Amino acid sequence: MFAEAAVSILTLFGAAFVLIGSIGLVRLPDFMTRLHGPTKSTTLGVGSIVMASLVHSSVTAGSLSLRELVISVFLFITAPVSAHVLSKAARKMPRNREEKTGP
Amino acid sequence: MMRLVPQPFLSLAIFGLWLALTGTFGAGQAILGVVLGIAIPLLTQRFWPDRPRLKKPGAALRLFLRVIGDIIIANLQVARLVLGPTARLRPALVEMPIDIEDPLVAAILGSIISLTPGTVSIDIDFERRHILVHALDVADKAALIATIKSSYEAPLKDIFQC
Repeated sequence: MFAEAAVSILTLFGAAFVLIGSIGLVRLPDFMTRLHGPTKSTTLGVGSIVMASLVHSSVTAGSLSLRELVISVFLFITAPVSAHVLSKAARKMPRNREEKTGP
Repeated sequence: MMRLVPQPFLSLAIFGLWLALTGTFGAGQAILGVVLGIAIPLLTQRFWPDRPRLKKPGAALRLFLRVIGDIIIANLQVARLVLGPTARLRPALVEMPIDIEDPLVAAILGSIISLTPGTVSIDIDFERRHILVHALDVADKAALIATIKSSYEAPLKDIFQC
């Protein structure tokens, strides 16, 4: 019962943050600001969903399942790298669209 | 001992990662984990000509917990900014000087900046010793730089003593 509640709350919380990240991608004004959506909201969003999975599989299997923890570690390592590469590429591109904060 | 396990924390991390990945805590997997934990650092030694050394593991753990806490706070702040009126945002590029002596530690700082409150590190220029940071909503550039320096750069310098 307690585990079910924890899994539901974590899943909903995570889903809400992934949704907010996507809304950010649509609403924010230019490329650089759009980068903030996916690097922030998805790390916590996907992180919570992964934690929900950890609680769920640990309870159903009756033993601690740590594979999800590994997923979140890799997620936290790779998110800044992809943001970094994207922004570096953006700085090399010609400026041909409206930018609030130009490269 | 130093010869066999040149990077004790890396060895421990590989061992822990292996057990977590296989999901079993049997003796067989534990032995395989120990073998990998010893073999991988030895085989990759040459990639790290002068690697930074983790001098204060306790401080590293404290910084890790602080970063996790900041990520949660950052998400709530960014969520509010994203859902609020976007015209009121004050995005800015900030050049932050760094006094970290090691490229790997500078890269760790860059990653922490990207993961925390409304900031993304765009360029780590190690020759000119600065990190170009893009922030979603800045009221005061100097204050932002001071915050990053005191909450992340100072602990990193302390942990690696560089």
